[in-house]
Amino acid sequence: MTTITNNREEALIVKEQDVVPLRNRVKEYGVKIGMSILNQTKLITATSELVRNLLKYGGGGKVIIESVSNGRDNGVRVTFIDNGPGIADIALAMKDGYSTGKSLGLGLPGTKRLVNEFDIKSELGNGTTVTITKWKNG
Amino acid sequence: MQNNSLMGLKEHENKLLTIWSQILQDSGAGDGAMEEEESKEFASLFLSALEKSGNFDEFEKVEDLIIGIASSRGKRGFSPRENAQYLISFKQAASKVISELITDSAELYDANLKLNEILDNMMIMTFEAFMKGREDIISRQVDEISEISTPVISVWEGIVALPIIGTLDSSRTQVVMENLLQQIVDTGSSIAILDISGVPAVDSLVAQHLIKTVSATRLMGAECIISGIRPEIAQTVVHLGIDLTGIITKASLASALRTAFDMLQLNVVKRKVIG
Repeated sequence: MTTITNNREEALIVKEQDVVPLRNRVKEYGVKIGMSILNQTKLITATSELVRNLLKYGGGGKVIIESVSNGRDNGVRVTFIDNGPGIADIALAMKDGYSTGKSLGLGLPGTKRLVNEFDIKSELGNGTTVTITKWKNG
Repeated sequence: MQNNSLMGLKEHENKLLTIWSQILQDSGAGDGAMEEEESKEFASLFLSALEKSGNFDEFEKVEDLIIGIASSRGKRGFSPRENAQYLISFKQAASKVISELITDSAELYDANLKLNEILDNMMIMTFEAFMKGREDIISRQVDEISEISTPVISVWEGIVALPIIGTLDSSRTQVVMENLLQQIVDTGSSIAILDISGVPAVDSLVAQHLIKTVSATRLMGAECIISGIRPEIAQTVVHLGIDLTGIITKASLASALRTAFDMLQLNVVKRKVIG
């Protein structure tokens, strides 16, 4: 299945004050394609989780917001790229309740349950890239 | 010495001021009486600095003054454009006076170049000062907002409520928690209601902050009810896998209040009309 990107923008995230504006941008993308309130909330909650990870573990990075279409449905795709230390064991990081910080350990696994597509790539010492996609009717 | 010609400007200070205020008026970047004083002081200081050119202390004084003028104009609500116009028009006025003073074109070019260099540098400084003035305002507002946005309301004897509006981050939670716990002590309340109707999204960090606040309240011997959980928030929290089962949660502030009344064994009864 091919997906087409209709609209795209990048944002630099370096401090906690960048989180709220980014979330609002993502929400605007959702509103534009007519996403329901529930899916909007899921999408911005997922964004919020990942962007906090990006700041806390990755030391800041880049976020790409895209409006995508696969022919049948429209959606919003958000990519989080950091150059942090990377994740040693992705399978472990994706487990509920596991955290190297002092959080609840629900960020990554919880986010995966909130979105339709979830992809994580990480290399030790070379940073982490997480891509999520939420479809309008997904 | 190429500045000889520029030094001559001092003698024509009044002429320069007249032209300057004329240009300012025409461009609409001035604001009358208050400005005249400022402008006079600036022109006089600037020209004497030019006269003693080469002495950098003198120019530092001028720079301090123009920075002061720029930030005060910023606070008075001038736009950056109007602020820049202020110095640009001074430059125009000065160029005009010089062109009448100097007849030799090479000399005039040199003088203008020098003037441009000094004034452009000052313009950059005024921009920086202007931005700084605005940033001061913003940071003060941030402080004020965080103060205002966490009001603890005593809704009934023994019941306090705290409506949270906006995002709950770590520093905000700290303020919220402190205010709430202090208010519980001050009013001797046994029930606290945290209303999150105004929180756009509850992610795991916000949930963690809420859980901590509830635990702290319980340690103080009071019970905490979280209200204002919207349907989409409820679903999101379930998908995220956050366990809020140990906490009393309600959909609306009204139902939280009813629960609080129940806990305090209070009854709200509709008055019977006799006769």
